Amino acid sequence: MTGILSLYRSTIGKKVVMALTGFILTAYVFVHMIGNLKVFAGAEKLNHYAEWLRLDMGYPILASFQGLWITRIVLLVAVGLHVISALQLWAMANAGRAVGYAQKKPSYTVYLGQMMRLGGIAIAFFIGYHLLHLTTGSIHPEFVHGEVYHNVISGFQNTLVSVFYIAALVALGVHILHGTWSMFQTLGLNNRRYDAMWRTVALLVTLAILVGDLSIPVAVLAGWLY
Amino acid sequence: MRLTLRIWRQKHAQARGHFATYRMDDVSPDMSFLEMLDVLNEQLTEAGEEPVAFDHDCREGICGMCGVVINGIPHGQHKHRTTTCQLHMRNFRSGETITIEPWRAKAFPVIKDLIVDRSAFDRVIQNGGFITAPTNTIPEANAVLVAKDRSDLAMDAAACIGCGACVAACPNASAMLFTAAKITHLGLLPQGQPERTMRVVGMVRVMDQSGFGGCTNLGECSLACPKEIHLDSIAQMNLDLIKAGFRRG
Repeated sequence: MTGILSLYRSTIGKKVVMALTGFILTAYVFVHMIGNLKVFAGAEKLNHYAEWLRLDMGYPILASFQGLWITRIVLLVAVGLHVISALQLWAMANAGRAVGYAQKKPSYTVYLGQMMRLGGIAIAFFIGYHLLHLTTGSIHPEFVHGEVYHNVISGFQNTLVSVFYIAALVALGVHILHGTWSMFQTLGLNNRRYDAMWRTVALLVTLAILVGDLSIPVAVLAGWLY
Repeated sequence: MRLTLRIWRQKHAQARGHFATYRMDDVSPDMSFLEMLDVLNEQLTEAGEEPVAFDHDCREGICGMCGVVINGIPHGQHKHRTTTCQLHMRNFRSGETITIEPWRAKAFPVIKDLIVDRSAFDRVIQNGGFITAPTNTIPEANAVLVAKDRSDLAMDAAACIGCGACVAACPNASAMLFTAAKITHLGLLPQGQPERTMRVVGMVRVMDQSGFGGCTNLGECSLACPKEIHLDSIAQMNLDLIKAGFRRG
């Protein structure tokens, strides 16, 4: 146990936490995307699926709402650990270079590094907005509890809301693209023989999430879903 | 070639530094970057000014002593990976302004002008960057067999000269490429096995204590490395440390 604790205290241990929680979160986002596609099957199917998630997920091992709450708790813990480790590593990185360079080289990767951190903050705000919008409905003017299809369609018919979702998804895509490949590197599963494969895996996971999720606001805005 | 140089001048570790601008009117494109600085220092000495302090030793690109950040890039360019001493002035244009700064990292404090204190690297090495080799008799050469592909990978990592360009290039001022190169070079060989766990734990601990940042897998380090140390070595170090975390004792 002391070994694992001293592992966590190291910079590499914090990265391992980021990789493992990142894996949980990416897997969730992926499954969430597949669930979202039920919207194309129509109101009845989607609402039924949403009800199953709340009441029957894990049946007969779990009672109603238990599967839902286990998922929520796992996600909350994963997000918490991911954010705490990220902030600790960010602080260490800032402290690591107290005096910066006067002349900076324009570099795609350095911007990517900034995007991971600032994009992470943006994603955190988006998750908050998303929960208030489609889970609690607090900021959704036409929200009806349990009428998931209606809530999604009427929410996305507001162009501003759709554009916001699309922008947030692009930020999420960049985060997941670098994050997924980084996960293999951080867990020590990467080397020059597998590098191209892991990069392809990261790209495919990202594209699947982006295409799947973006299709919904786009379909609503285009009038294909109503 | 005519050049304008913007060089970081700092009298000593505690002094406030500033950029000084110097003009050079007759730089040969065949000069190395350090020879160009030598000529500048002759001009400064003749004018009664303090010459610019910079680290250097072999001037053959193999010792790892020299290194400055030139126009935002450690060792000056990514095209032909080499150290500052092996960078030639033909890589620049006449009339260009060149900004020259020391490595910037909390763990590498400036001693004077362009010289930084890299003893943090030495402390990382002291905490595991070695093997316990019995002295006196020379071991029989074929007693321990090493597969060719392994020895090649170990030699790739062993090419690290500890110049510190990886730290200078990293947006987090991380020393992971350096530390990982040492861990990989010894960890891939049978001679490095007895201390493999102790090595990674000790070297990473001292690396963290020295004030280097963490790795964000961006690859700026490898791009700046004159010896082209691969990011693979960082993955290897991560795996070794994870395994060490689950080891007994």
